Amino acid sequence: MDEKRPKTKLVPVPSKSIIPERNLGKPPIMEVLRLGIDFGGLTAVDDFNLTLSHTEIAGLIGPNGAGKTTIFNLLTKVYEPTRGTILLHGKDTHGMNTAQVNRAGIARTFQNIRLFSNLSVEDNVKLGLHNQIGYGMFSGIMRLPRYWKEEKHAHEKAMELLSIFDMQDLRGHRAGALPYGAQRRLEIVRALATNPSLLLLDEPAAGMNPSETGELMENIVKIRDVFQISVLLIEHDMKLVMGICEGICVLNFGKIIAKGTPGEVQNDPVVIEAYLGRRGEEDRRAES
Amino acid sequence: MSKTILKSPMRKNISIYALVIIGYIVMQCMIQTGNITSVLHGQLVPICAYIVMAISLNLTVGILGELSLGHAGFMSIGAFSGVVAATSLESIIPFAPLRLAVSMAIAAAFAGAAGFLIGIPVLRLMGDYLAIVTLAFGEIIKHLINCLYIGIDSGGLSFGFLGTASDLNLKDDGAVIVNGPMGIAGINRISNFTAGFILVMVTLFIVLNLINSRAGRAIMALRDNRIAAESVGIPVTKYKLMAFVTSAAIAGSAGALFAMNYSTVVATKFDFGTSILVLVFVVLGGLGNMMGSIIAATVLTILPEMLREIEQYRMLVYAVILILVMIARNNASFMAYLDNLKNRIVNAAKKTRKGGASVG
Repeated sequence: MDEKRPKTKLVPVPSKSIIPERNLGKPPIMEVLRLGIDFGGLTAVDDFNLTLSHTEIAGLIGPNGAGKTTIFNLLTKVYEPTRGTILLHGKDTHGMNTAQVNRAGIARTFQNIRLFSNLSVEDNVKLGLHNQIGYGMFSGIMRLPRYWKEEKHAHEKAMELLSIFDMQDLRGHRAGALPYGAQRRLEIVRALATNPSLLLLDEPAAGMNPSETGELMENIVKIRDVFQISVLLIEHDMKLVMGICEGICVLNFGKIIAKGTPGEVQNDPVVIEAYLGRRGEEDRRAES
Repeated sequence: MSKTILKSPMRKNISIYALVIIGYIVMQCMIQTGNITSVLHGQLVPICAYIVMAISLNLTVGILGELSLGHAGFMSIGAFSGVVAATSLESIIPFAPLRLAVSMAIAAAFAGAAGFLIGIPVLRLMGDYLAIVTLAFGEIIKHLINCLYIGIDSGGLSFGFLGTASDLNLKDDGAVIVNGPMGIAGINRISNFTAGFILVMVTLFIVLNLINSRAGRAIMALRDNRIAAESVGIPVTKYKLMAFVTSAAIAGSAGALFAMNYSTVVATKFDFGTSILVLVFVVLGGLGNMMGSIIAATVLTILPEMLREIEQYRMLVYAVILILVMIARNNASFMAYLDNLKNRIVNAAKKTRKGGASVG
């Protein structure tokens, strides 16, 4: 593309925020302003605005291909946005790469599970702790006292994190050999290990049965309460979304079509149309 | 790699060290009692050098997961810088083993620096492209060294490129060390089996400890899933370079050991064929499997010498054996049979130990 990306700067954009009232006093954890990306001529996401407050659980929903995962990839800089600004704790993430964004406080899981499948469960969590383990290559090779101290600390912390999902017993297992549900849970644990202030969950309940989904809902709320973090999740399971999300953002064809509380969104005619199609059309087709 | 529960790395590592130490002791006993053939005796240092090469390439291919086809280039840099260092230090450090150690360290530094310079552009590439570019760099190194002239006189080292050795304008007391395509002749052969054994142990210590540390985990995470590794805050370039440079430096010290076992060494010795040979050790031994690399390097270095008796069919038989081993290693039922056999032996050993204890 010839067109150069305009340098992002702060533009006040009126956006209907979904901050729950109890947190209105605190500054938002993340503000997304007019975010957009083009793939060649195709505009995948356009004019996406979102404000997330501390300890909020928000949902991002929409039909297949609406651009939900693309937004996650934009927030974590897997893709560089074509337009718009992402402010994390009020700081622009422009120019940061994926690893730096993670260190700034965003952790995520993936729709198609991405574990370090040849490594043990414990090592997967320790990789999440990577930036909190304080010894370098030399201490590691020479096995200096610092290595033993930090590794012991990392082990304890990894066990503590694994205990959220009662997975301590699996620590020696190869991550790739775990059952599907356990792999999804391990991904969440690994993301939590990076000590984020915002957790992005990409279809956490995919492939889970209703009882597992119920358990997951409880755990997401528990994680929010214990770690005091915000959660933004993509999910197709409406029971989960309507059950735990405080704010919901509905996306279709890369654009926000509705925003609000679960109750508001559910009754929004635009949302119903996006999901079910227009009633008139179907009737007309039936007639002809 | 299909096992569910992973073995503790500590136990695995101890058995690797034990294998090398036992191998060394057995060989030393054979040398002392004179039970060793001269062919095998002559192969001991090259075997050590190739083991070190295989371990270092396994760090790049098996642990970092990037295919490198130019590893002999780093060996070459190590060989030439090591010999030049050893020759110029001859009067300063008269004690040969120390001089060998110092020149190996210098060789590692030079090869590591080359690894860093090459790694910066190369590691931006992915998969097959990376392999092809490392191949090209391997060839470039070979041709550069082929044109290199280094001489020494009372004024110190002097360097020349292209041209001839006389362009160095050495003083009367000077001597040419590296003579372009003719390489280095009249090397003081200070490498020996014990030095090789120590280098293997040091290499194992560095590589195994690196793998089982924070940095090693990050390197393996990049291999398993780069995007996920980035998403947990692991800087990709840093750890890719770390693995690549470490690997290159170790290959450099192996080159120094190798070169100082012969009286002459030429740049064309470290060509594409050598890179592939080392890659064969790594692949046959198993990616990421250091014990396998050691065994494969040993067996496949001795094998061509053992097959000398059948003269012209030697390389044919060697190739057939290679193919058979590849097939066997990729055959799940054969590997399961081997595992089963191993377990039975281990259990039998445990039983006899228990039986003996109860009798006692």
